[in-house]
Amino acid sequence: MSHATTSRTDAGTTRPEPGVDRRPLARRRRNRVLLQVACILITLFMALPIYLIALAAMSSRQSLQKFPLSFIPDNFSTETMQTFLQSTGILGGLINSVQVGVFTLVLSLLIGVPAGYAVARFAFRGREPYQLFLLFTRALPIVVLSVPLAQLFLQTGLYDSVLAVVLLHSALALPTTILITASVFLGVPRDVEEAARIFGCSPVQAFLKVVLPMAIPGIAAASIFTFVMSWNEVLGASILTLNQRTLPAQVLSSLAESPLAYRFAGGFLLVVPALVFIFFMRRYLTNMWGSTIR
Amino acid sequence: MAAPDAPAAARPHVPPPGPKVRAPRRKGSSAALLLIAPSIVFMTLLFGWPMVSGVLQAFGGPEGLTTANFTRMSQDPYFWSSVGNTLLLIVVMIPIQFVLALAMALLIRAKPRGASAYFYIWAIPLAVSDLAAGLVWLTVFTDRGYLNSLLASLGMQPVSWLAYDNYPSMFGAVLIAEVWRATSLVFVIVVAGLQSIPKDYEEAAGVFGASFWNRLWHVTLPLLRPSLQTALILRTILAFQTFAVALALTGQNFPLVVGETYRWYTGLQDPNVASALALVVMAVSMVTAVGYLKLLRDQTEAAR
Amino acid sequence: MADISIKGLHKTYPGSTELATNNVSLEVAEGEFMVLLGPSGCGKTTLLRMVAGLDFPDKGSISIGGRDVTYLPPQDRNLSMVFQSYAVFPHRNVRTNIAFGLMMKKVSREELERKVKWAADLLQLSPYLDRYPANLSGGQRQRVAVARAIVMDADVLLMDEPLSNLDALLRLDFRAELKKIVQQLGSTTLYVTHDQVEAMSLSDRVAVMKKGQIAQLGHPITVYEEPADRFVGGFIGSPPMNFLDGRITQQGALEVGGQSIAAPEFLARAAARTGGTPVMVGIRAENISLEQRGSEGSLDAAVEVVEPLGHATLLTVDLGGQTVKVQVPATAKVSAGETVGLRFEQSALRFFDTETQLGLTA
Repeated sequence: MSHATTSRTDAGTTRPEPGVDRRPLARRRRNRVLLQVACILITLFMALPIYLIALAAMSSRQSLQKFPLSFIPDNFSTETMQTFLQSTGILGGLINSVQVGVFTLVLSLLIGVPAGYAVARFAFRGREPYQLFLLFTRALPIVVLSVPLAQLFLQTGLYDSVLAVVLLHSALALPTTILITASVFLGVPRDVEEAARIFGCSPVQAFLKVVLPMAIPGIAAASIFTFVMSWNEVLGASILTLNQRTLPAQVLSSLAESPLAYRFAGGFLLVVPALVFIFFMRRYLTNMWGSTIR
Repeated sequence: MAAPDAPAAARPHVPPPGPKVRAPRRKGSSAALLLIAPSIVFMTLLFGWPMVSGVLQAFGGPEGLTTANFTRMSQDPYFWSSVGNTLLLIVVMIPIQFVLALAMALLIRAKPRGASAYFYIWAIPLAVSDLAAGLVWLTVFTDRGYLNSLLASLGMQPVSWLAYDNYPSMFGAVLIAEVWRATSLVFVIVVAGLQSIPKDYEEAAGVFGASFWNRLWHVTLPLLRPSLQTALILRTILAFQTFAVALALTGQNFPLVVGETYRWYTGLQDPNVASALALVVMAVSMVTAVGYLKLLRDQTEAAR
Repeated sequence: MADISIKGLHKTYPGSTELATNNVSLEVAEGEFMVLLGPSGCGKTTLLRMVAGLDFPDKGSISIGGRDVTYLPPQDRNLSMVFQSYAVFPHRNVRTNIAFGLMMKKVSREELERKVKWAADLLQLSPYLDRYPANLSGGQRQRVAVARAIVMDADVLLMDEPLSNLDALLRLDFRAELKKIVQQLGSTTLYVTHDQVEAMSLSDRVAVMKKGQIAQLGHPITVYEEPADRFVGGFIGSPPMNFLDGRITQQGALEVGGQSIAAPEFLARAAARTGGTPVMVGIRAENISLEQRGSEGSLDAAVEVVEPLGHATLLTVDLGGQTVKVQVPATAKVSAGETVGLRFEQSALRFFDTETQLGLTA
């Protein structure tokens, strides 16, 4: 219906009133239904595996032996999880993972926030190369750093310690932290900071009293992001440690010798934080990826 | 629009307010250098130093510099199959992920009922590691797992999905697990990209007679180009680093390049060959990264 | 080209209880330039978007050229539109922007080129055909948006505040140019604006909207001179019409600000029957003139503010406790604090019901 001639034929004469054509409305309604169906299908694909590993981890060892497996939680049991948590190195790995995550977060914020602020607020010479340098380091594979770092840490006595993993993870997280905080600070209007200066704040006071409070939510999101990265990183942590394993490194190193139940429990424990993190981060996700990557 | 340019857009036209009176530019500059100095020192120590020693290690041997490590690496029976597997995985996975992520982002933008719940669930894998993803899908694909349970309850024969002699199904399992895990990243980037496009453009296209597919092809996709490029390069670089998902699902049956590095280092205890492998991964990633930066540059130019 | 017939449109946006349009009916004749005028939130843009197919009504119907389009998607309506933000595609150059609608219609190559050239010449865009929007000024982008709309030979041309993003000087220039182009095309046009000067200068007819309804529909001069209610009088004109509380006495006099002048026949007659009624008096600033104090029919008022505007001088005066704007020639010598005599031009007095605020006519 892209030409006007149909309507011209009887223009000017009195026309019968057209009835309201509801077919497009029906088509739209059908499309809405299809939209929901598509969304539900994708949700099934995304959520079903998580449901299944939760189901497996919450089943008793005995019911995991059965075949076919039940798809409904009829044999709820903490036995599998308990056995897993009591296995060698798991509890220690859990503690190490949390420690590494927290220290990484703190270290990368301490170094990254000032740098992010500088990138956002100052037009210093070398800022462009600096940003390119950050982007470049983001592209470096973890494996390239891990193997030589292991040798260096062996020589300096840092090998197999929480600090070793913290250093590696901070290095990995730092570029992202700087770029995210830079974009967060860009979002704080310069006027507000200038107003604080006019009303008598020193630059440091203005930053601490005005800029930082406004930037806190964005920085918090960046911190969670750092923690998630650290929690999930397995290759570097495996290479840099022997006894002080993080949780994923512990699970990975015992993968080959462990029973299925152990692997399911480990997988579940690794996935649970993702559910929590993404829940708290969901509003920030698009902001972070939208403004920092590009 | 590009990252190096985004802050530049807000670059002050006047020197920073404080030091304006005395020697304006230099003081701002030195303050800035003071603020970024720790990060430069830290990154040099943890990136520069290991890189140099990594290169030395890769070419190092008992009698000085040698290429013997690379020879050993390439003669290992797993090496070429790991290269082949990695490339095959990337070539097949990336298009699937992009089509899926784009579809997901468009679905979310159509504002279905419960859109925020969908967004949450679809973004969860973003925070799941590839090891965890492998273990999650292991519950499905393992011999006595949920997929075979489903087949059995439907009266069909179970299949050994992850058996070493069943390459297509093994590859399929790794592929599905990786699509499941890593599509979320592309999805979130594309959603962010879509949000930054004013809806006026699509409405205008509609008013001027463009159908849904025409709007997608002539308006939305071209405007999404920066996001798609970013996601593409990021995903490609990250895809080279995938290994634990295959390890969790198939053990050694589906070797990937980074997994080989891990094996050489921890299993075979040969850091020199591990370093050589790491260099190969780095070279490939560097090529991709340079492409990344070059594309960003081009965009910046085009935008001006 | 075609007429537009809108019948009983109801629309509520999801998540809102207020009707964005409330039972709106409007007939736009073929070739007519109709302006929808009103403050923000009055429903004018909603109405336009429903005609465009970008929103759908809850109830009612829209037909274009006798064809029902109420629920048709925009691409099936044969429209063209100029957006407030211009919506000029940033990834296409001027040439392909202008040609976009023609490409979607699969017009032949020669015709496409001919039309693009015609529109580019008309809007003085020929030197910029290969440029991208990022390299154009705001005014040039606006021209691209208009060129893109006029090549379409569409049934209806829609414009959503097309001039609001231009700076004042450009807006004045382009307004006249736009009028010339649309007159040349002769297309049926529905134009949304909140700027009453634009509405006055461009329209064949203007529909003044308020809270989702059409408050008055008519020729712009009629709407200006005979506002249907207090809202319309207050919205159109700069400064807006003065409204004064007054009273028609049983004797047929109009009392305003404690003084009285003659009331018009029809009100005097009614008041004689009812024994006097309160009334709201409307008068525009330019219909009040200065007068010797104490002369027949003049009202005393104290001057509070004097604003010389160049072409005239605007006075703010206090008339028995009510504020009145008065426009006097620039040559008038008045200063703040003075008491002056005012003469209301009898034929320009408008009367409104104090309750319904609707205009009272004979």
